[in-house]
Parts: sequence; structure tokens; C-alpha cells
Amino acid sequence: MFGKLSLSAIPFHEPIIMGTLLMVSLAGAALLGWVTYQRKWGYLWSEWFTTVDHKRIGVMYIIMALLMLLRGFADAIMMRGQQAMASADAAGYLPPHHYDQIFTAHGDIMIFFMAMPFITGLMNLVVPLQIGARDVAYPFLNSLSYWLTASGVVLIMVSMFVGDFAATGWLAYPPLSELKFSPTVGVDYYIWSLQLSGLGTTLSGINFIVTILRMRTPGMTLMKMPVFTWTALVTNILIVAAFPVLTVTLALLAADRYLDMHFFTNELGGNAMMYVNLIWIWGHPEVYILVLPCFGAFSEIIATFSGKPLFGYKSMVYATAGIGILSFLVWLHHFFTMGSGADVNAFFGIMTMIISVPTGVKLFNWLFTMYRGRVRLTVPVLWTIGFMVTFTVGGMTGVLLAVPGADFVLHNSVFLIAHFHNVIIGGVVFGCLAAMNYWFPKAFGFKLEERFGKYSFWCWLVGFYVAFVPLYILGLKGMTRRMNHYVNPEWQPYLVVALIGAVIIMAGIGFTLLQIVVSVRNRAENRDLTGDPWGGRTLEWSTSSPPPFYNFAVLPHVEELDQFWADKEHKRAYKRQARYADIHMPRNTGVGVFMGAFGTAMGFALVWHIWWLAAAGLLGMVGSFIARAYDTDVDYYVSGAEVEKIERARLVPSQKLVDHVDPASAGQKVA
Amino acid sequence: MASQHGHASGADHQHAGHGSLKSYIVGFILSIVLTLLSFGCVMSGAVPHDLIVPGIVVFCVAQVLVQLVFFLHLSTAPGQRSNLTIGVFTVLIIAIVVVGSLWVLHNMNVNMMHPLPMTSMG
Repeated sequence: MFGKLSLSAIPFHEPIIMGTLLMVSLAGAALLGWVTYQRKWGYLWSEWFTTVDHKRIGVMYIIMALLMLLRGFADAIMMRGQQAMASADAAGYLPPHHYDQIFTAHGDIMIFFMAMPFITGLMNLVVPLQIGARDVAYPFLNSLSYWLTASGVVLIMVSMFVGDFAATGWLAYPPLSELKFSPTVGVDYYIWSLQLSGLGTTLSGINFIVTILRMRTPGMTLMKMPVFTWTALVTNILIVAAFPVLTVTLALLAADRYLDMHFFTNELGGNAMMYVNLIWIWGHPEVYILVLPCFGAFSEIIATFSGKPLFGYKSMVYATAGIGILSFLVWLHHFFTMGSGADVNAFFGIMTMIISVPTGVKLFNWLFTMYRGRVRLTVPVLWTIGFMVTFTVGGMTGVLLAVPGADFVLHNSVFLIAHFHNVIIGGVVFGCLAAMNYWFPKAFGFKLEERFGKYSFWCWLVGFYVAFVPLYILGLKGMTRRMNHYVNPEWQPYLVVALIGAVIIMAGIGFTLLQIVVSVRNRAENRDLTGDPWGGRTLEWSTSSPPPFYNFAVLPHVEELDQFWADKEHKRAYKRQARYADIHMPRNTGVGVFMGAFGTAMGFALVWHIWWLAAAGLLGMVGSFIARAYDTDVDYYVSGAEVEKIERARLVPSQKLVDHVDPASAGQKVA
Repeated sequence: MASQHGHASGADHQHAGHGSLKSYIVGFILSIVLTLLSFGCVMSGAVPHDLIVPGIVVFCVAQVLVQLVFFLHLSTAPGQRSNLTIGVFTVLIIAIVVVGSLWVLHNMNVNMMHPLPMTSMG
């Protein structure tokens, strides 16, 4: 009836896990109780869960990413704590099997459920606004993508309390991840949570490619697209090209574990090296999938706050496209040591060095954009400058690792750990937080408070260096990654410093949360009625904040790059129309939620071999989709009169803002 | 469906032909023939052992091309230019993945899978 699932699957004997479970249950119950008490379930369901509005889906993605950042960071600080303690005779506080699950979960959560949702959320929020579209090409698919990602999140979170998670490292290399060596359900949780969320990611990749290629506003040729949209386009092309490789690789591993196949086993002709090869064919494009939209965000931020057009727009576009192709030609540098000959290693080493060239081009573009600009040192700009310094250091250690000879010394050492945290924190996390500070007022109509934002930045920046410079040194001293315990007491002081760094980063995360709470509470003071709080250049700033659900009452006509900036220069912005046409909009739908729920049930059932439930979950997903396909009531028209009403309410106050502050809104500081 | 009503976006909306009954039937028959040939390669016993895998690969690539041309209407027609571009990009990526993997793993086998001294494995 319940397959392999029984009460013994819950790790009652693990005090740390049970304590976490208690905390999560209490917090969850408090949250659910609060929503019930506030009678907000109907609102949440009809306005958020079932929404097909790209802006709201984007916000939900980012909330998910911030929650997962907390989970992933909890894993991180537990590891730092363990390594700071477990020297020589001390064993630390985490048993090896638990520790192994933690470093696996940390990697998977941070990449798949923190970084990916964050950039997908940003693309959702920004791309349609930047290209003057009213939604993405397939709004329902967008909702479905979100809920599939959410079902992956649910599975990976459940794995902590019911059964266990993979103890294999974040990419689950066989033969360790094969049934023979990982007989528990951990790897199965890994496979199905990644398959569900990977399906969602692939679908949103398709969605955004079609959106960007097909739904740009009149006049916006490809070379008049804002840079963020360009990076989003290339990222989504990479998603569609690379994620199927991950899906197939994990499917083959699943076939090994479930159907007694031997793709990657040691015996009967299996080849574990093929798994490593395939997973990195996905894995290397993946890191560019994450960082390219962040490059785009930095480009927008630095141009806006320098008050200048981006330096070298074309070279930025070509560099982005070049990175897109080159990212498929470097994957072997993740396994130089596996035994390929000098010719193969030399080829991939040189390609790796070449891929740093377009990234270098971008750095110079950002520097020249700032040069002689009037740079306003706001929070997003601080993150950008911090990124430029940190990412450059990370890039250089990367080029060092690209030398196969050096890699033979440093492979799998904590030097590598320091390197990729250097580029992922310095590039992706800084980029996401910069972008969140930059586009927050667009999403909510009020700015994030500056003071705590700055505290957060400085804590992250300082904390990052304190946490990871010791790891660079330890890597050179020969410390390998993923150690539950080490015998060399000389390493301990460095690891204590690294722990202090992690605590400083924790303060940074705390300040970000505090910043959001304080900003929401003081939103009246930080309200932005203009829709353009920063003096923006691109179309998303031409509409109100938050934008009306249809984004643009009249589709803007684009003649140049930075169209909105030019409109403001020539006093053409904020034009009122004599009459408004009806607007065609998609209807909200709960099908995405149902399919996500069925998907979660199916994934959970597959993990525990509950075959009837797996079949029911699959049937539920397919059935919901078929029902949706036959639903003809999926869209509606907003009448021109209603549009006019909404637009008048918006434009009248902002017209007033141009000359004077309305006394009625006194007390509301206007930016 | 989507909200692109009234979108005369930069992209063109012309659609190339969706094929005719005849082209679908031709494609269908070709697909079936190619599938049978692949099975025949393995099961008939008439094909020399060394040629089985190359044979399957050839029929598989032919199958992909047949489906792209007859069912997905990929062609060099003006309306299909962007699809063709995407198709070429896809071929490039697949070539990188397939050729690269073969090269990497073959190289690894040559370097790592030396015959063990006490056995006759080669």
C-alpha cells in the first residue's frame, strides 16, 4: 500500500532534524493560522496562486528563492560549524551521513531552488515590461512552470523529514549514486525533485524565447532590445539547449535505480564517466544560465545610475551571444583529472581561457559606462561595484583552474569551492540582490529602504571574503572538499575564520530581510508615484508602479535604444490618449496549481515506490492538462472605458508631480 | 490564449505551408520504413556485426530529418528562415555534445583502459 514508506522513515533519533521539524511545523502552523485569521485564503488563491500575470508569478518566484536562500544558508552555516569544530580528536556535532546530506542539499538548493527561481522571477517581472508586451507568450504555461518548480521545492524539503536526501554531492555521481551504494531513497528524492523543477525550467525557457522573439512592441528590433532582455534571451536559449541533457541523464540514472539498467554502473558495460560527461554538458551552460541575466541586470543598473547610455551596447550583445556558444565548449574542465589525454585537456583548457574574454569585455563596458558619469551610489550600484571587484577575482582564479596542470593539484580541493562561490556569490547572488533592489519599486510601487540595504551589502561583501579567502589558502595547502573531519590541526584556525565569515554573511541576509520588513512598514514614505523612481532608460519605467495588469494601455512605439529616456528628453513621455482600445487578456487558472500538486504526489510516490499513487499523480497531471486544453473560456477583453479610468487615475497624479507635490499626498515623500 | 492581440510585433506572422495529406502520408511511410530498417539491422541477422551500430545511427539521423521536413515543415522557404536558423543552432549544439562526448570518452578509454596484466582483456 505505501511501498517502502513506513513510520521508521521519519528520523526520530536525529535531534537536529527533529528540532528543525518542530520549528518548521510551528512556523508553518503560525503562518497558516495567520492567513486563516486574516481571512486571506480567498485573496491568495484568486489573486496569487491562480494568477497568470507575469509580474505576480515573478514575485512568487523571488519569494520562493528568498525562502530557499534561508534553507540553503542554514545548511551552509551548519557545514562551517562542523568544519570549525571537527579537527584532530574532535568529531564535531554532525554525524557523517547527515553531514553528507547537508552538503548535497546545500548545493542543490542553492542552484536549483534559490538561484534558478530568482533569475526566473526577475525575467518574469522584467522582460515583458522591457519589450512592451502585456504578458508572456503562454501565460498558463508560465503558471505551470512555477508550480512545477514549487513541487520540486516541496519534495526536497520533505526529504529532510521523511526518509533522507542524497549523500552523494550535488551532482550525484555514479557509481556512488547507484542503488548498490546508495540504497536509501535519498538519490530518488534528488532525481524526482530535479526532474519536476527541470521540466518547469525547460517550459519557462521555451516561453521566454517565444515571448522575446514574437511579442516585442512595434519598432523594437533585436538590436533595440534592452540588454537585460538580450541576456534573458540567450539564457533561455541555453536553458532549452542544456536542460534536456540533464533530464535525460537523470532519467538514465533513474532507469539504473528503478529498472535494473546498467548505464552508469561498474558492471555489465556501464560507464560512470559518461554520467559525469553528460551532467557537465548541462552543468557548464547552467552556470552561464545563472550569471547572464545578472550581467544584464548590472548593465541596466550601471547605465541608469550613471545617467549615461550603456557603453558598447553592441559589444555587450555579441559578448553575451559569444558566451552562449562558448559555454557549450568548456565542460570537460570540470573533470580534467578523469584521465583524458593531453590533447583533450589542452583543448578544453584553452576554450575555458577564451570564454573569459567576452566576460572581460563586459567588465570594461561597465567601467566605461561609469567613466565620467554621475554615478549615484545607491544600493543597486553598491552591489554592482562589489560584483565587479569580486567577480574579477573569481574569474582570475577560474582561469588559474583552467590550466590542466594546476587543476591536477587543485581539483576537488576547497580552492575550487572558494572559486565557484567567488563567482556565484559575487556574480549571481550580488546580481539578484542588486536587481531586487533595482526593480522592487516597479513591482510594488515603493522603494526599498536604503540604510539596511547598505548594511546588507557590506555584510555580504566583507563576509564573503572572510569566509572564502581562508578556503583558497586551505585549498593550496591541500584540504579537499566535503570533509566531515580532518586530522591536521593546522587547518582549524582558517576554518574558524571561515565560520566567522559565514556569520557575517548571515547578518547580511538578516539585514536584507529587515530591509524588506522595514520598507513594507514605511512604504508610505518610500512611495513612488511616478513609476520612474531612478530616472530609468527602458520601457518598464514608462508605466506606473506597480504596473496595471495589462502593463501598457497603448503599446509603446520604439525607435531607438533607451526609448523611454529619449521620450523624457523630448517631453513625449506620459502622453494621455484620446481613447483607449479594448485589451485582450488571459484569465486566471488554477490548473497550474493542480498539476503541480499532482506532480508532487507523483514524485513522492516514485521516491517511495507507491505505484498506485504515482499512477494517480501522472493521470491527474495529464487529465488536468487535457481538461485545460478543452477549456475555451481562457481569455477576456478589458473595455477601453475601463482602461481609460485606470489610466486617468494614474496619469493625473503623475502629471501633477511634474509641477508640484500635491498637498493631499503631503507626508508622502516623492522621489 | 496569450495577450498578443493587437500585437503587430516586429516579428512576422506569416506561416509557411502546413503540408498536405500527401506530404504527411509520404512522411509517415518513410518513418515506418526507416523504423523497420533499424529493427531489421539488428534482428534479421543479415547485417555484419560491425555495421549494426553505424546502420542504426544512419537510419536514426534519416528519421530525424524526415520528421523535421515532413511533420515540422522545416525548409528554406522565406517564412521558415528563423526556424531554419534555430534548426542550424540545434544541429551545432547536438554536434558539439555528440562529437565532444565521443572524443572525450574515447580518449579516456585509450588512456585509462589498459589491458590488465593478468587477463586477456583488450
